Amino acid sequence: MNRRPVKERLQDFDEVATGLSEQNAVLEALRCMECPRPLCVNGCPVSIDIPGFINAIANEDFRKAARIIKEDNMLPAICGRVCPQEAQCQSTCILGKKDKPVRIGALERFVADWERENGVEAPETAPATGKRVAVVGSGPAGITAATECLRAGHEVTIFESLHAAGGVLTYGIPAFRMPKDIVQFEIEQVLTLGAELKLNHIVGRSVPVDELLAYDAVFIGTGAGLPYFMGIKGEKFSGVYSANEFLTRVNLMHADKFPEFDTPLIRGSRVAVVGGGNVAMDSARVARRLGAKVYLIYRRREEDLPAREEEVANAIQEGVEFVCCANPTRILGGPGVQGIKCIRMDMCECDESGRPVPRACTEAGSTFTLDVDVVIEAIGQGPNPLLAGLIPGLKRGRRGTIEVDEDGRTSIPHVFAGGDIATGAATVIGAMGSAKKAAAAINKMLADSE
Amino acid sequence: MYKIVKRDQIADNIFEFWINAPHVTKAGRAGQFVVLRIDENGERIPLTISATRGDDVRIVFMAVGKTTQQLAAMQEGESIRDVAGPLGMPSAVKKWGHCAVIGGGVGIACLPILARELKAAGNEVTGIIGARNEGLLLLEDELDEACDELVICTDDGSKGHHGYPADILKEMVADQILDAVWIIGPGIMMKITSMATKDSGIKTFVSLNPIMVDGTGMCGSCRVTIAGEMKFACVDGPEFDAHQVDWDELMNRQRTYTGQEKESLEHYHEHKCHCGEHQ
Ligand SMILES: Cc1cc2nc3c(=O)[nH]c(=O)nc-3n(C[C@H](O)[C@H](O)[C@H](O)COP(=O)(O)OP(=O)(O)OC[C@H]3O[C@@H](n4cnc5c(N)ncnc54)[C@H](O)[C@@H]3O)c2cc1C
Ligand SMILES: Cc1cc2nc3c(=O)[nH]c(=O)nc-3n(C[C@H](O)[C@H](O)[C@H](O)COP(=O)(O)OP(=O)(O)OC[C@H]3O[C@@H](n4cnc5c(N)ncnc54)[C@H](O)[C@@H]3O)c2cc1C
Ligand code: SF4
Ligand code: SF4
Ligand code: FES
Repeated sequence: MNRRPVKERLQDFDEVATGLSEQNAVLEALRCMECPRPLCVNGCPVSIDIPGFINAIANEDFRKAARIIKEDNMLPAICGRVCPQEAQCQSTCILGKKDKPVRIGALERFVADWERENGVEAPETAPATGKRVAVVGSGPAGITAATECLRAGHEVTIFESLHAAGGVLTYGIPAFRMPKDIVQFEIEQVLTLGAELKLNHIVGRSVPVDELLAYDAVFIGTGAGLPYFMGIKGEKFSGVYSANEFLTRVNLMHADKFPEFDTPLIRGSRVAVVGGGNVAMDSARVARRLGAKVYLIYRRREEDLPAREEEVANAIQEGVEFVCCANPTRILGGPGVQGIKCIRMDMCECDESGRPVPRACTEAGSTFTLDVDVVIEAIGQGPNPLLAGLIPGLKRGRRGTIEVDEDGRTSIPHVFAGGDIATGAATVIGAMGSAKKAAAAINKMLADSE
Repeated sequence: MYKIVKRDQIADNIFEFWINAPHVTKAGRAGQFVVLRIDENGERIPLTISATRGDDVRIVFMAVGKTTQQLAAMQEGESIRDVAGPLGMPSAVKKWGHCAVIGGGVGIACLPILARELKAAGNEVTGIIGARNEGLLLLEDELDEACDELVICTDDGSKGHHGYPADILKEMVADQILDAVWIIGPGIMMKITSMATKDSGIKTFVSLNPIMVDGTGMCGSCRVTIAGEMKFACVDGPEFDAHQVDWDELMNRQRTYTGQEKESLEHYHEHKCHCGEHQ
């Protein structure tokens, strides 16, 4: 991965990973063996014709490469950047067995960036059917479902409760990983297909449930936006944030540019981030860019960190200090934060997934205090409860997800769901994959009802 | 973009705006609020729905800091970038019997819609409003009409009862005529006033105003402690049982950004002088 130098990137929110040059993209593409039974495709949740598009790159036909990708993935500039490729397509690439796998994600990003600069081809759409589809939420799931329904000729209205579209891509993932102009560009592609986007519309409130259910089909992609808190003492002090709040204040509201932008933020000079996933890495790296010394407190070992390897490496390079095998027990201070008390964790016998279970050490001297003035909790998010809870008869799963079958059907015949609201917090491409299936089922249902 | 169709100053530093927002008025009820953002650089701030008429929603606000001062400087015909809503749970409107709706300061603005809904549900409604002085009272005529009875209080005695709404509430509690009470105003006023019903068993609601960002349950900025449990005021509230609220925690959290709020306001006034575009 090519990255900008640390010193430079800590000064701004510009993208850290630099793309491949045309020449390097072609060279990388030439490494692919074009396997007749490509294992890489099995690793991609939306089954992109990977050898197909890589072959087009090798032949320097970038337009064709873009067309091939877009048959299965409408948001390649996004997936090429944030997909956990090392755990998906690249983990199954045959070349990875002996050598390094083909850099599929980087190639996908290259094609998408090339297309954006050289003019995007609008996909073909079927003639108008007059059927109306409501899409709730404009994250990757909603955007994908909207695209598929538009292509089938249906009239699509996307409702979004925030003032900007994109879901987590806009408010959660920082610009240095996911530049916001690229998110907006990809969303505009969908809007040019004819979708109507209604911002500031909270479905269940601005759009009453009966009005929603009056559409010919409904797709719910409301995401997993509900932040969990640890439930320890001191959590209500000023300066304790959920990762969602911290990231939203910066990414969506631009608190990093306060007072030019109005939204304030306690920047902190020493920040503790609790958690070990992508959300924790993003929070820690944002805090570093705001000038703080950053500790990342994680209850398991460093090798257990669930975040993408690449993001862990970036965080380490950027000077985030990892405090592993430790768990916070209380936040000190009041009304502001003056420290965080932690306890060391022992790794005990393994659970079913083979991971050792962390347990608090009992010996004396197992506790310690970090001197911090801001705490960011990135310990997970649950399904957005607002709308799902308002629809009578909608079956919900454990922890409030919406229950769906393989094709995204809910317990209500013309209501479908996909993305994090159905699966629990997962990935961008996972959300897109499930939305695509649901949209296919919607399109089939609407065609059958002709 | 959401157009300001009518703008008035209705008391010292307090403004009434009617904004065209059909998505808010369609289902907007007493107890709910909107979140607005004036422009691209703006903050998202919550304001209570004070009334609705056709496609227009009324907000009433006091110009206290950067955003509310900037809003107050806007004119009829201008537009606000974003208005999201209605947000929050509607008030617990049903047939209670005799209700008192109590407003302190700009909190009075929340009462008309509530009083009307309570009346329509068959309740007898007493309104009690209080402000530091006569100049800060608002919506008296409208409330006089919406309530069966309206009692006015001022701290300095410049109009009505010389004292606080809590005095009136205490009398009514002693007379055992009340079935439900709403108290809406600054934190400290709600805390103190709600003490009057504490031992009476009378259901008492307050509308909490912690600092919010999205207003949709996504950030947790608005978390409050109710009966020892964490709740998000924007989706679980903003109305809660007054006697279960951890008031000190709420008021501490409201002061989180005092320093930055001052800085933001100074930046705003400086900016006004340099470019003149906001004058
Ligand atoms: C900080 C962070 C970093 C991440 N990093 C990665 C990564 O590197 N790689 C990766 O693959 N995944 C990552 N993820 C996970 C990924 O972003 C999500 O899995 C994905 O965005 C889910 O998409 P979605 O469309 O289901 O939901 P979301 O993206 O959450 O979008 C849901 C949208 O619905 C809107 N909404 C909710 N309720 C309503 C309503 N009632 N009415 C109208 N609108 C509503 C919300 O405002 C939101 O815009 C990350 C997540 C976070 C938070
Ligand atoms: C549910 C709810 C309903 C409200 N209804 C009304 C109303 O009808 N009329 C009215 O005048 N005020 C109302 N408020 C308060 C109003 O939101 C604040 O006065 C406003 O945000 C101040 O912004 P500012 O930039 O002008 O002032 P600032 O100088 O930024 O802040 C002044 C004070 O307002 C509070 N505040 C600041 N930012 C926020 C924020 N994002 N969210 C909540 N509070 C904040 C803080 O306690 C702060 O100390 C309500 C608040 C809530 C939570
Ligand atoms: S969408 Fe993701 S998993 Fe599929 S090929 Fe692209 S980077 Fe790999
Ligand atoms: S498995 Fe690897 S080498 Fe084979 S087609 Fe896929 S990317 Fe090319
Ligand atoms: S304001 Fe964000 S959760 Fe309530």
